Amino acid sequence: MNIVVCIKQVPGTTDVKISEKTNTLVREGVESIINPFDVYAIEEAIRIKEKVGGKVTILSMGPPQAKEAIKEAIAMGADEGILLSDRAFAGSDTWATGYTLSMGIKKISSFDLIICGKQAIDGDTAQVGPGVAEALGLPFVAYVRKVEEIKEGYIRCERMMEEGYEVIEMSLPALITVVKEINEPRLPSLKGMMRAKKAEIATWTAQDLSAEPANIGLTGSPTQVVKIFSPPARPGGEMILGEIGEQAEKLVARLRELKIV
Amino acid sequence: MEYFLTDEQKMIIELAHKIAVEKIAPVTEKYDESGEFPWDIVKVMSDADLFGLYIPEAYGGMGGGVMELVIAVEELSRICGGISLSLAATALGTFPILLFGTEEQKKKYLPPLAKGTKLAAFGLTEANAGSDASGIETTAKKDGDYYILNGTKQWITNGGEADTYTIIAMTDKKKGARGATAFILEKGMPGFSFGKKENKMGIRASATRELVFSDCKVHKNQILGREGMGFIVAMKTLDQSRPGVAAQALGIAQGAFDKAIEYARQRVQFGKPIISFQAVSHMLADMATQTEAARALVYECSRLIDSGAKDVSKLSAMAKVFASDVAMKVTIDAVQVFGGYGYMKEYPVEKMMRDAKITQIYEGTNQIQRNVIAQELIKEQASKK
Repeated sequence: MNIVVCIKQVPGTTDVKISEKTNTLVREGVESIINPFDVYAIEEAIRIKEKVGGKVTILSMGPPQAKEAIKEAIAMGADEGILLSDRAFAGSDTWATGYTLSMGIKKISSFDLIICGKQAIDGDTAQVGPGVAEALGLPFVAYVRKVEEIKEGYIRCERMMEEGYEVIEMSLPALITVVKEINEPRLPSLKGMMRAKKAEIATWTAQDLSAEPANIGLTGSPTQVVKIFSPPARPGGEMILGEIGEQAEKLVARLRELKIV
Repeated sequence: MEYFLTDEQKMIIELAHKIAVEKIAPVTEKYDESGEFPWDIVKVMSDADLFGLYIPEAYGGMGGGVMELVIAVEELSRICGGISLSLAATALGTFPILLFGTEEQKKKYLPPLAKGTKLAAFGLTEANAGSDASGIETTAKKDGDYYILNGTKQWITNGGEADTYTIIAMTDKKKGARGATAFILEKGMPGFSFGKKENKMGIRASATRELVFSDCKVHKNQILGREGMGFIVAMKTLDQSRPGVAAQALGIAQGAFDKAIEYARQRVQFGKPIISFQAVSHMLADMATQTEAARALVYECSRLIDSGAKDVSKLSAMAKVFASDVAMKVTIDAVQVFGGYGYMKEYPVEKMMRDAKITQIYEGTNQIQRNVIAQELIKEQASKK
């Protein structure tokens, strides 16, 4: 079972600041982490490998420092990693990212299952996983909370719904995106960390992927960001105190005053 | 301070820190309260390869030495000096096998200990044999190829939870110290059982139990070293293991200091954070200085042992005595910095103070350590003439 896990390096959640000048995320000096939902994807891939054998390959698109995130995944137990990195990829929206990752997966060529976290904590779109599946023409299930069974050419999993869950069978190769209920990720091991330190992370450029220039980066992104702003903080509500009857009287008076009733 | 740690040692600290913060911190209070054995955390440490740090690769370990063990124990003890003991006490029970085991014994016992799927313990102390180890009353009577063990070991860390035990028994009481012999025992051997689990002041997440031998039949292949070498096995083992206790003490001290300085910056009295008052800041300055000095001594001692030096008793005793006295003082001061809050179980420092106390007592009381240091000093002086 060859599994590809798509991960994204994101800013550590507790430190996020928005620049007042540019209205974008301040990334300088901010610690980078693996997108937390992707850590569940890595863990699930390692668990499947431990159960049925195979190989786990980590794939990420990002600047050169994203290699650190890939190495962290190797320290947990992934076998190898590939970074898609090229200035031409800069400014990709979810569609262009999905396309680029799909070209990377095509180049990996041998895969049975692709696992992604349900969404990234910075963009929060939850579109890239399904986008990759669409670009590859593969079936997918999003919001998977449990892999019930997996074998050659077949997976049965549970998709989390707002109320309850659905059991879905699917043929492989396919893609799933996972929610945090699926497992509890392990910490790295010392042997894993030592292996990760020595691991060579291959870097593939747009050319290596034979990616269509019109489909990548800012040019390939149909989404145009017009403006990013921090919404104003919600003002505190007005508290009406007193006995129940008193409160009701005050409330009605206030509503009349505001000409709501 | 710069201790010129290797990349691998830095990784060990990073990993131990992650385990301490993410896995141990949320459960310290629970285990301190219940006194249960933290098998879930042992599993985490085992998966992370920490149990193999000081065991050669040939036996499934990571091939490091005492230094690698010490930095891991220190980092874990910053958060919980009780839980970290499952690792340090396993090392104490493993050292005799590492130091004196035959190839066969090493191949049999070390791999599961290196993996952390089994724990070890060391049994020397008895009700009437504490500081005076010559008072050991447990006997091992020769019977053909076997020895028949009778007696009770007391206050054995990891007792009942460990699978592999190194214990000292008298094979010939008349010979005194030369009549003691070290045996490797396994949990489940007929005639080997466990007494009551102690209810302790501190390190409550650690199991402390009696080992009871009643006509326990042990094959002579289970002897470590030779018959009559028991005290040498014990003394050499303690020389190696003291930095582990010292590291536990060091970690507790560092952890208490971390909490105290954080609190002193937040706590406002007379309109100012209390750290701005000299009475408090000088306490913190002393705590930091003492902790750093302890660290320098513990690391130096660990490196001396790893260099293969023969005579390590003096430095090893110095490291243990100094680090544990520092741990006691720093934790008491940390409670003082916290004031009334420090005395409450809701805050973390009273536990650290309770945990610190044992480090001045076990694996040789600090009074005995001073005897060891003094004896070495006398020997050194005598050899000069």
